Amino acid sequence: MSLQFIGLKEINGPLVVLDHVPQASYEEMVEIVLENGTTRMGRIVEILGEKVVIQVFEGTKGISLQNTRTRLTGKPMELPLSREILGRVFNGAGRPLDGLGEIYPEKYADINGKPINPVSRIYPRNYIRTGISSIDAMTTLIRGQKLPIFSESGLSHNKLAVQIVRQAQIAEEQGQEFAVVFAAMGVQNDVADYFRSKFEESGALQRVVMFLNLSNDPIVERILTPRCALTAAEYLAFEQNMHILVILTDMTSYAEALREFSSSKGEIPGRKGFPGYLYSDLASLYERAGVIENATGSVTQIPILTMPNGDITHPIPDLTAYITEGQIVLDRTLDQMGIYPPVSVLPSLSRLMKDGIGEGYTRADHAAVSNQLFACCARVSDARALASVIGEEELSAVDKKYMEFGKAFERYFLTQGKDEDRSIEYTLDLGWDLLCILPREELSRIDTELLDRFYDPKRAERFKK
Amino acid sequence: MNSNTIFSINGPVVTVRNTKDFSMLEMVYVGHKRLIGEVILINDQYTTIQVYEVTTGLRPGEPVWPTGSPMSVVLGPGIVSNIFDGIERPLRDIRQATGAFIGEGIHISVLDETRLFDVTLTVKPGDYLEGGQIYATCPETSAILHKCMLSPTLSGEIIEVMPNGPYHVNDTVARLKSADGTVIDLTLCQRWPIRNPRPIHKRLPIRRPLITGQRVIDTMFPLAKGGTAGIPGGFGTGKTMTQHQLAKWCDADLIVYIGCGERGNEMTQVLEEFSELVDPRSGKPLTDRTVLIANTSNMPVAAREASIYTGITLAEYYRDMGYHVAIMADSTSRWAEALREISGRLEEMPAEEGFPAYLSSRLSEFYERAGYVIPLSGGEGSVTIIGAVSPQGSDFSEPVTQNTKRFVRCFWTLDKSLAYQRHYPAINWMTSYSEYLEDFEDYYTENISPDFLRCRQRIANILTEEASLMEIVKLIGADVLPDDQKLVIEVAKVIRLGFLQQNAYHADDTYVPMEKQMKMMELILFLYDKSKEYVLSGRPISDLAATGIFDQVIRVKYEIPNDRPEMFADYRAAIDRAISNLQD
Repeated sequence: MSLQFIGLKEINGPLVVLDHVPQASYEEMVEIVLENGTTRMGRIVEILGEKVVIQVFEGTKGISLQNTRTRLTGKPMELPLSREILGRVFNGAGRPLDGLGEIYPEKYADINGKPINPVSRIYPRNYIRTGISSIDAMTTLIRGQKLPIFSESGLSHNKLAVQIVRQAQIAEEQGQEFAVVFAAMGVQNDVADYFRSKFEESGALQRVVMFLNLSNDPIVERILTPRCALTAAEYLAFEQNMHILVILTDMTSYAEALREFSSSKGEIPGRKGFPGYLYSDLASLYERAGVIENATGSVTQIPILTMPNGDITHPIPDLTAYITEGQIVLDRTLDQMGIYPPVSVLPSLSRLMKDGIGEGYTRADHAAVSNQLFACCARVSDARALASVIGEEELSAVDKKYMEFGKAFERYFLTQGKDEDRSIEYTLDLGWDLLCILPREELSRIDTELLDRFYDPKRAERFKK
Repeated sequence: MNSNTIFSINGPVVTVRNTKDFSMLEMVYVGHKRLIGEVILINDQYTTIQVYEVTTGLRPGEPVWPTGSPMSVVLGPGIVSNIFDGIERPLRDIRQATGAFIGEGIHISVLDETRLFDVTLTVKPGDYLEGGQIYATCPETSAILHKCMLSPTLSGEIIEVMPNGPYHVNDTVARLKSADGTVIDLTLCQRWPIRNPRPIHKRLPIRRPLITGQRVIDTMFPLAKGGTAGIPGGFGTGKTMTQHQLAKWCDADLIVYIGCGERGNEMTQVLEEFSELVDPRSGKPLTDRTVLIANTSNMPVAAREASIYTGITLAEYYRDMGYHVAIMADSTSRWAEALREISGRLEEMPAEEGFPAYLSSRLSEFYERAGYVIPLSGGEGSVTIIGAVSPQGSDFSEPVTQNTKRFVRCFWTLDKSLAYQRHYPAINWMTSYSEYLEDFEDYYTENISPDFLRCRQRIANILTEEASLMEIVKLIGADVLPDDQKLVIEVAKVIRLGFLQQNAYHADDTYVPMEKQMKMMELILFLYDKSKEYVLSGRPISDLAATGIFDQVIRVKYEIPNDRPEMFADYRAAIDRAISNLQD
């Protein structure tokens, strides 16, 4: 199949149209050779008889209707894989960027992956200790989960992600290999550098695979970046039996690239101009996490997305949260109060935590403590709303206690150092200390037996200082 | 020679040019891998096909084969406790064929052809059978006796019957001579097109509730056997959790659970949990009465569109045997989005928010397949539909929620602020409704208590009063309210925490029988009446609250086991005691 086609019929944004191609296959990769000898990669996205529409990953700048020769490769986009990819840096389309040369592949894998059969999945139950109180106690991360961080531009999501990676790694059991797959989509150069230097500091760089599509890289390539990263992750997890943490940042740029591509293809837009298949497309990425039979590894995903204008109902966070198993929401107000990590606990959620905590995983009282903390935080926000109308002095005695609880919760529970690694016992005990600020009858989510064991108003005295 | 070949490919949509060989909604095989597809549009130039599998690697010029029949499912013993994808392919067998990841072009039989069923023939030669009548039965699982029915399109005289004994699904167990003289071999299974409702003898009026053991549903907003319900809720409000609870505990004979465009792990969870749990009424494992249809969000989008129809057709088939079937569709929004996605690829003119204009007619067709009926085989059966809706941006004015609201009679709106407080089920009691309450008046009088509807109304009134009082409290605080209004707020809190909120992980609280629900309501109202007397006598409510009696009543849900209703008398005595102590 080394037939080459000279010239093009049409160029439109990242798309080119080629005519009289008899044997193209859908989603096949093509190579476009320019007159000056450079090669660009493309993918067939639509076939109409002998007319094919090709999406060019590196963009169509400099391409004219006459100066190209196009060759069909006969197969969909594949990523070369071997254990050597650990410690390497690739561009968004999976080509080496670090000057260390091509890798010698053990196998090639289609980057689109295949859906995991639900009967072959194993329901994720093992919790990952991140050492961060707000996450461990209230939105526990489970191995095999997809738990995104919903952030805004300018918040500390990158620091948080680095801290999770570093501390989760320490907490890994002996003998279990751990690695990180990092995919950057449309992030600035210094953000990518930040991650790289932090991985280096923690001595983890040899255990990291990086796929970088920076903000000045071609936009269409961005559509491939997470797919390459997840293909690498699946290979390492399910064939090399490693525990993989995948960081995808920033999903908002990815979705915007998809929108750009969709509109140049002339598709009918859905909400906010995003294509109607945004949900299916995001799902085809996020669903590539989990634990399967006959493999001891796992893929855990932490996608990071910046909510445009802090709007959680924007299609990108909205559709993401419908697919992922919970979300960690960061809040600008907390950040401005100097609280790190600025996790807004009420809208945050981990759907898988209920089966991964308690006796045998964390501690028997974990579920009760976390439920009670959530309920109390909801009361705190009611009390604050009321206080803003009638003034704090006018509040009832119980509401005043809630105000006190809210302050202590933010100051001692949420706030922690960027290197502070808290054990789950410490976190849960701290939770109890805070709950003891409140009168016992307010703690309706905890059964009497646990209250008898743990409730003691003296525990709250440490916050009085 | 097959001259039909692929002309164009765009995602899951392919076209064939210049052909008249296909009929609308016919099932076809596409390409050398024989991917399954369905004809969705025909004009004099192009025949458009939606493909139920991944189209990567397909080439123009590959053949397309017609099958001559519409998209159908196979109906027969072996469906229950199985798990299928959206076009009824058994996922466990797919795992054997392609491992942990699902491949393309897999053709395996729907039902296990090697399994033997212990068949009892119920007809004899010379019997005349109408369509839908039963000719054989066999135990399918410990909970379901499968009844083989004549396909509704056939009728005729039985001319030969095999002896009772073990048979495979495709073995002939009887022969039928139809009116035009052709002899038809009757096996244990039949086919039925998924988009056609199965015919019935007669619809019956709705009169029995579907008991779910969930207090906020059974008492406040009950659902009928043969009824329809919508559960709209933003992400994280517990739609799936509510659906799981209903699938576990509702008193249907069979559950069809459709995971339509949702998470893979959720289906795994259902598989794992249901095999461990036991049906409280029959004592049999829950899997013995459950059929799962899993089309997760990363499986092909066209099959997602079909999964809803596959599920409802299976449900109707078991209804025709005289079973009460409940179908959970999680989530109908994903199905609507699949419609939108296909419609977009066909370049149809979009209506609201890009959804096709036929969205509401498709939704109404789906919900109208619910009902309480006399099937062709006699007896009674029902199909109850519970559809989850995932509104975009948690905005209930979007088209799927609004259209669903028009076609369901029971609407349980899930509320984000309740979910934030971890108040589950997060069903908002102010915005939810059920139109079935009055239909059940006779049922309640006979089976629970003639007082039931009155008590329910009083509970609802207290909650409404609380809601309007809270408007004031939000502005000026609770301290300025007079004591009788403070009491309303206290009792409403008891209702919210002690009655509406229910703990799915608590052994007793996860399923509460109607008898206990009634007793709990009566106890709360008793507390209200007694403390109202107390407050009206001019004493402060703060003293009463300090006795802890309200908290005691809140904890009734945990402290009184489901099988010890006599303990309620102790609590009444405790309330009397608390109040008389204060009055002394």
